[in-house]
Amino acid sequence: MNGMLVLPIAIPLITATLALLFRKSSYLQRLFGLLGMGALLVSVILIFRDVQADGIQVLQLGNWAAPFGITLVVDMLAMLMIGITAIMGVVIAIYSIYDIDREREQFGYYPLLHILVMGVNGSFLTGDIFNLYVWFEVMLIASFILLALGNSKNQLQGALKYVFINLFSSLVFLFGVAMLYGMTGTLNMADLAVRLPEVENTGLVTTVAMIFMVSFGIKAAVFPLFFWLPASYHTPPVAISAIFGGLLTKVGVYALIRVFTLLFTHDTGYTHTILLWVGGFTMVIGVLGAASHVEFRKILSFHIVSQIGYMIMGLAFNTAMGIMGAIFYVLHNILAKSNLFLISGIAQRLLGTFELKKMGGLYKHYPFLAVMFLISAFALAGFPPLSGFWAKLSLVKAGLSIELYVITGVAILVGLLTLFSMTKIWLSAFWGAVPEEVPDHFGKQPLFGAGGLHILMIPVMIIAGLIILVGLNAQPLLELCMTAAEQLLNPSVYIEAVLGPQ
Amino acid sequence: MDTLLPILAGAIFATGIYLLLRSSLILTVIGIILISNSVNLALFSLGRISTENPPLIAVGSIEPISPFANPLPQALILTAIVIGFGLLAFALALAYRSYRELGTVDQDELLKDAEDTSAGIVPRENLENGGDA
Repeated sequence: MNGMLVLPIAIPLITATLALLFRKSSYLQRLFGLLGMGALLVSVILIFRDVQADGIQVLQLGNWAAPFGITLVVDMLAMLMIGITAIMGVVIAIYSIYDIDREREQFGYYPLLHILVMGVNGSFLTGDIFNLYVWFEVMLIASFILLALGNSKNQLQGALKYVFINLFSSLVFLFGVAMLYGMTGTLNMADLAVRLPEVENTGLVTTVAMIFMVSFGIKAAVFPLFFWLPASYHTPPVAISAIFGGLLTKVGVYALIRVFTLLFTHDTGYTHTILLWVGGFTMVIGVLGAASHVEFRKILSFHIVSQIGYMIMGLAFNTAMGIMGAIFYVLHNILAKSNLFLISGIAQRLLGTFELKKMGGLYKHYPFLAVMFLISAFALAGFPPLSGFWAKLSLVKAGLSIELYVITGVAILVGLLTLFSMTKIWLSAFWGAVPEEVPDHFGKQPLFGAGGLHILMIPVMIIAGLIILVGLNAQPLLELCMTAAEQLLNPSVYIEAVLGPQ
Repeated sequence: MDTLLPILAGAIFATGIYLLLRSSLILTVIGIILISNSVNLALFSLGRISTENPPLIAVGSIEPISPFANPLPQALILTAIVIGFGLLAFALALAYRSYRELGTVDQDELLKDAEDTSAGIVPRENLENGGDA
């Protein structure tokens, strides 16, 4: 029992309430935003110390014993995920200070941001499948409103697609939960892991596994269920795009990793083969989509899809090395992808557009911004010595060690194509000639100093620093991911931590 | 009852899917509402339907006298209904707002890609000007 596990949920809730109370004051809301995310980061570090010292941490809410009450569980995977969420929360809170206009602040941007983080943390922490559904909904409603907040034509169009497909996916998920309960009579994930192998009708279990794959697949935006993502993620303000692109789809990936290592391992020949195909297609289609677009954030959105494919591929390998690679990839990708979104926002503020054709001259006038872009883009493409290199290396190694040469080759090829579309952005927005029509402040407004752009640069520099740090000193994080993968592949540890010694 | 309810749930689900695929936004919303209800119905029928005995455990025994209806799925449905209600209220508001803003409920018209994606981004002057009033 570790009472601290409730903090990553409670702190955002308290912050959201405070921000809602002082809705009229932008200053107080921003302050609460920073303090709340900072407190979240501290609480996560404290939990991390416990997880490092004593292994999986468990909290039975209301002191109800395991299969009856709701359990919060932090194993190493959940730990890494809430850690990256807290880091993202801090940088987005800083970025929002400048990026979010006063009207959105007045209409509840900050409360919603914290509710979103609460939902994400809740999804990572919970050990109960119905509770997972509830946290998904908390996260969804916050994301719906964040996406639509502002009511511009674009945003409404994006929100419509996003809302209906996600509502449908939640209902599919709920139906899957109903089927699981009907078969086993329990909702606790550890208890489910014990009871599911006892179910005689394995065909039905596989069916339910596929229901979950479809539902989480929509949320994670895998092929062929990803079309809503590039249609909506480029519409809201950049701070929102960044946290959506970084975190939200990864919650779907997390859920897939959780259920396909803990619950549905009875017929890996069937389910994980499908995952492998899905991963392969997601990688290729996503990167091709990115190659065909010329709008900064749309390219990035398609790359989210493509990168999800790598994570699904790692999961489908179903070996310690593969899952470790997938987890490492999730962490690296959240950093690199969010940073690219944040940089796109700064570029838009300087040039007044996201259209690559109308962009140019950023390298000439803002070389430091160009360096930040290079770091994140090279990390995304997997260049040594940045974080993406280690992520791709472990996945390729995992693929080769179980002799899946074709998919490994595809993964490497997709890495090259990723570089291609990053080059496309670089050539036009950074190296391209200064366009004829530029806003008056272009070239005159400094990145640091008058004008306040440095507030947007701080998060970018923090994340770029983390990318380099992880790249140059990957060993500690790789070891943590390995611990997480080993825990996932040996569910008895998780089950024993939740239900007590069997 | 035990066979009728799942069939009913399936029929409602199918109707919902059909409505989802129609081009009017309003029908899409109704489709989601129907699917939501059919899933609740499925959840309900999985908890056994029985009016024979109340799900109460007598003193000294460890489980209720069967057959009894499992109360847990009913509690789950309550939660799901409340959540569904909130989400659908939002979906309706969004549909209405889109109609007001874009002037149509036909999705082919509604979802045509906009030209300039920077439209949602409000330009922000210096912080000093944009700060607290």
